[in-house]
Amino acid sequence: MRNIWTIAKREYKQYFNSPIAYIVAFMLLVVLGIFFALNIVYFTRNAMATYGSTPDAGIVTGPFAFMLVLSLPALTMRLLADEQRMGTMELLLTAPLRDWELVVGKWLGSFLFILTVIAVTWIFPIILNNLVVPGIDQGILISAYLGIILVSAAFLGIGVGISAMFSSQIAAFFATLVTFIVLWWMIGFPADVLPVGADVFRYLDMKAHFYNSLNVGVINLADLVYYLSLTALGLFTGSAFIEARRWR
Amino acid sequence: MIRVSKLTKDYGSRRAIDALTFEAKQGEIVGFLGPNGAGKTTTMRILTGYMPPTDGEAYVAGYDVVAESLEVRRRVGYLPETVPLYPEMTVFDYLMFMADLRHLPSADERVMDTLEMVGMEERADGYIANLSKGMRQRIGLAQALIHKPEVLILDEPTIGLDPAQVVEVRNLVREIGKERTVLLSTHILSEAQQLCDRVLIINKGHIVAEDTPENLQARLVGAERVMLRVRGELDDLPAKIAGIEGVQDVSAQDGGVLEFQFAPGQDVRPEVAKAVVKAGFDLLELRPVGMSLEEIFLQLTSDNASSGE
Ligand SMILES: Nc1ncnc2c1ncn2[C@@H]1O[C@H](COP(=O)(O)OP(=O)(O)OP(=O)(O)O)[C@@H](O)[C@H]1O
Ligand SMILES: [Mg+2]
Repeated sequence: MRNIWTIAKREYKQYFNSPIAYIVAFMLLVVLGIFFALNIVYFTRNAMATYGSTPDAGIVTGPFAFMLVLSLPALTMRLLADEQRMGTMELLLTAPLRDWELVVGKWLGSFLFILTVIAVTWIFPIILNNLVVPGIDQGILISAYLGIILVSAAFLGIGVGISAMFSSQIAAFFATLVTFIVLWWMIGFPADVLPVGADVFRYLDMKAHFYNSLNVGVINLADLVYYLSLTALGLFTGSAFIEARRWR
Repeated sequence: MIRVSKLTKDYGSRRAIDALTFEAKQGEIVGFLGPNGAGKTTTMRILTGYMPPTDGEAYVAGYDVVAESLEVRRRVGYLPETVPLYPEMTVFDYLMFMADLRHLPSADERVMDTLEMVGMEERADGYIANLSKGMRQRIGLAQALIHKPEVLILDEPTIGLDPAQVVEVRNLVREIGKERTVLLSTHILSEAQQLCDRVLIINKGHIVAEDTPENLQARLVGAERVMLRVRGELDDLPAKIAGIEGVQDVSAQDGGVLEFQFAPGQDVRPEVAKAVVKAGFDLLELRPVGMSLEEIFLQLTSDNASSGE
């Protein structure tokens, strides 16, 4: 536990020294701000037409999840790939620290960073709550933000795992981005065309576990298990790769 | 403290080290001397738990490097060949990070003490990116020393240092080596001779010699080699010189150059010089040729081969 925390703390601090992390955080906030403003305008304009329907936290978390797909690879690409490139992996692998502690520590550092960014975006629901009378649906707010946190955890877990396979950040970035795009947008397609096995693909579809439940205020144990399993799978893959590299 | 037996490591089909066997006791500084690609780094990486061997076993501080890797890693300080530093961290933060990984109590005091040992306390708050190569080497050393390890493994610790710093680092290693076990690698023969209680010469994954520096030196100067140059061609000079008593292994080279050797204590140079002049040659140069590391290796490997090992 202590080792995980030591690794995570260093990684978390490192993000605040990294231009890429600032760019990612800034872009995320700007894009979310734009979506938010457009949504407000849309709902105000159509207040008569959409009467009865008020905006909820989903107008923030919907685009947020989409942005995570594109931005998180930039946060995870460095984590283990750069240690490998700089030779500091030799330091970590000869320190009294288990391989999985290193991987989990790296993941936790990035998770704490994205939690920080998520905390900043809390400003949008607060604004929204003041605009909407009598306030937004608190259940959807909690559930949708829980969804964002779970999606982030899973993406970061996978990202750390992929970063362990490369010694180039750029290679890790693209491999991660492609994996995210497949898991988020593409894996659901076969479900619509395949005569058999459609359920498997439907289950694997990452966005379905978010948009169909968490983002509309439904918290299912199955969705939590799904995202936590993905996280664990990513972390396990990362540890396995590091272990395998020792034996090469 | 370090016990290695039949240690073997293959990278794919390339054998990097082949059945190495050696020991290092507490309070002993053992030098690993060998040319590029000899297998020094490979051996050290196995001893520090970075990677397991293909075959054979190694015990460090009483623990098996494979089965009890974490115990070994707790007790070893390691300075890898490429000094592993985070340029974007300050010196102090970096060493605090290492101290935390090693669960040291009152880590900040320990960090400052270690920085003082390597003479870098004024740069504690500076960024590692702004340090010179020699300073980085010293921070790497500080990282290896921070937990007062029982066993210190240093891969080319003096590379890239200026002469004054080389002396400082050697003194530091000598100091540490009084109570602890130190294994260090180097290409520099004189460094191994000055610093180490025992020297292992390794070549192509094999130990070709293992001895105290004194004995090794005696073996290395088992013959003194001399280079001789005359004006013009050598003609029959090699034959004449070879005829002088005590002269061994004469080899003629281009440009009037000739090399020969003699056993220590039987300096035949005056006789050779007289013979050259008597034969009517102009003697331009007569000087000992220092043996290069490669020549020593050649000599040692052929010694081993002829003694039937
Ligand atoms: N990661 C690796 N993959 C494949 N081969 C390797 C690897 N590391 C070392 N080797 C090979 O193993 C042999 C021994 O290398 P090693 O680095 O141990 O030598 P060394 O004695 O440390 O040399 P140097 O003095 O140049 O540091 C070399 O032939 C090298 O090419
Ligand atoms: Mg080496």
